[in-house]
Amino acid sequence: MEMCADPSTLDGINWWACYLTTGKHQAFYASFGTVLLLLALTAPVVMVLGFGGAMARKSKIPPLRWFGLAYTNIVRGVPDIIFFLFVPIAMDQGIEYLRHKVKCPDVLEPIRQGNDFVVCSVAKMPLSSSPQWIHEAYGFTLALFAFALVFGAFAANTLYGAMNAVPRAQLETAEAFGMSDRQVFWRVQVKQMWVYALPGLSNLWMILIKATPLLFLLGVEDIVYWARELGGSKTSKFTYPHPDWRLYYFAFLLVFYLFMTWASEKVFNRITKRLSHGQATVGAGS
Amino acid sequence: MSCYDTLIDYGLRSIGIGERLLPKTDITLCDQFVLIGSGMIWNVYFAVFAMVLGFGIATLVAVGKASENSWAAIPAKAFIFLFRGSPLFIQFFLAYEIFVLIPKVGIDINLGFATITAETRWLTKAWLGAVIVLFLNTSAYSGEIFYGALRAIPKGDIEAADAFGMSGFRKFRRIIWPAMLRLAWPSYTNEAIFMFHATTLVFFSGFPAWRQSGDALYYASYFADKTFNPFVSYPIIAIYFVSFTLLIITLFGWANKRLNRHIAPEQRVKFRFKPQFIR
Repeated sequence: MEMCADPSTLDGINWWACYLTTGKHQAFYASFGTVLLLLALTAPVVMVLGFGGAMARKSKIPPLRWFGLAYTNIVRGVPDIIFFLFVPIAMDQGIEYLRHKVKCPDVLEPIRQGNDFVVCSVAKMPLSSSPQWIHEAYGFTLALFAFALVFGAFAANTLYGAMNAVPRAQLETAEAFGMSDRQVFWRVQVKQMWVYALPGLSNLWMILIKATPLLFLLGVEDIVYWARELGGSKTSKFTYPHPDWRLYYFAFLLVFYLFMTWASEKVFNRITKRLSHGQATVGAGS
Repeated sequence: MSCYDTLIDYGLRSIGIGERLLPKTDITLCDQFVLIGSGMIWNVYFAVFAMVLGFGIATLVAVGKASENSWAAIPAKAFIFLFRGSPLFIQFFLAYEIFVLIPKVGIDINLGFATITAETRWLTKAWLGAVIVLFLNTSAYSGEIFYGALRAIPKGDIEAADAFGMSGFRKFRRIIWPAMLRLAWPSYTNEAIFMFHATTLVFFSGFPAWRQSGDALYYASYFADKTFNPFVSYPIIAIYFVSFTLLIITLFGWANKRLNRHIAPEQRVKFRFKPQFIR
């Protein structure tokens, strides 16, 4: 905007209008999109991992069942933030290790040299010559995997419980009709489990929302990053000098999250009503 | 240096006793085990204080939310909504910013026999500020759990109490409160576990670690940064947390047995992982 050319002459509403539309503020607004994108991309992956985990726990093959049990229990017993710190760096090193083995088989020096992790430059992920957005997208993808891994375990627990909550009589009836194990599972158990899974899944969604500020710890430029950046006190050297406003920026984030959880709750209440239609559960009565 | 020496030097490092400098080169497995374990002192401290302080307030909040008096119900609901609806991470940040802005003064508290000075600058230190945030946070979560249990108390219990002529506080103390605790206990165990896990956020959000005295995760990430190898320190901290989680389940299991001791075995409330109560 033209009037924003010289901010020192502005005051009152014009100053605010210019201040709130600076490039950095626009990046701040866009970062809300980053958070929503993470939620939108993580949720399906979580469901797939959760379903796989639940099926592994129900599996008749012992090693697969043990794997499912170990996965769900270990993630439950360890704080999620540890996984958020561990998974991205572990995956990054794993990928670079494999690329190093494939692309530079002639380099014989060990990859771990004391406190360094050395791979040849063509094995770097992403390549140091890649544009900035690739670096950011890569970091974001790793973060997404960390989130999906943790929440997948919780979803596996919920879905496993829901599968077992389907009344035995329903499954036995299906068997009596001559359905195979597979048909009973897909046509009866999976069809009916959702209403039992919903309370757990809705809570999981809330936790997922509330875990998104941890993106900041993973180096993604999310809303917390920008709130700190923009809120910090700016001396008169800056075009828009102001004292420390981090408090207000964080209060704004708090309101954003309260709104997100409030709106989600409304939506889930609706879905519960829909799904419990004609089911003999408490949700149907209310 | 043997592992015993390391234990002597670094065992209490996280609370400022022992060697000042952290190992920078030649970090051994023993160093990692001892220092991360030393950091667990903070996690246990945060969790214990927050849970113990939060227990009473949670009961109040639950009773408030269930109350028909809107002067009690609305503040209780708002409190629960505020702390359950927003991320703990943001709560830490916000609380720290508020604590920093509070004027630094000393408040004299006269105890009759002695006067102690409570200083507001302590609020910006993790040992007080973080405990306050965690305490309010767990009060809201536990309050919601207790509220759910309060509504699930069998009508017969309350009618029996009425028939005995109990009323008011006596009925609450003898009948409602124990029944509420019994029904809430499995979920409350979950809350205790996740509360304990949440203590790892303290030094990662807002509260600075003074003289590099941090919690377990602070040291684990310090080692991961220094050695550039996440495959040692993070599994170590995971082992610590899994063991402490099992300890919590055992301790709360005993309490659960006691709360259910008058109930017929098949009607007892068993500990089960309840996904709807993860925080």
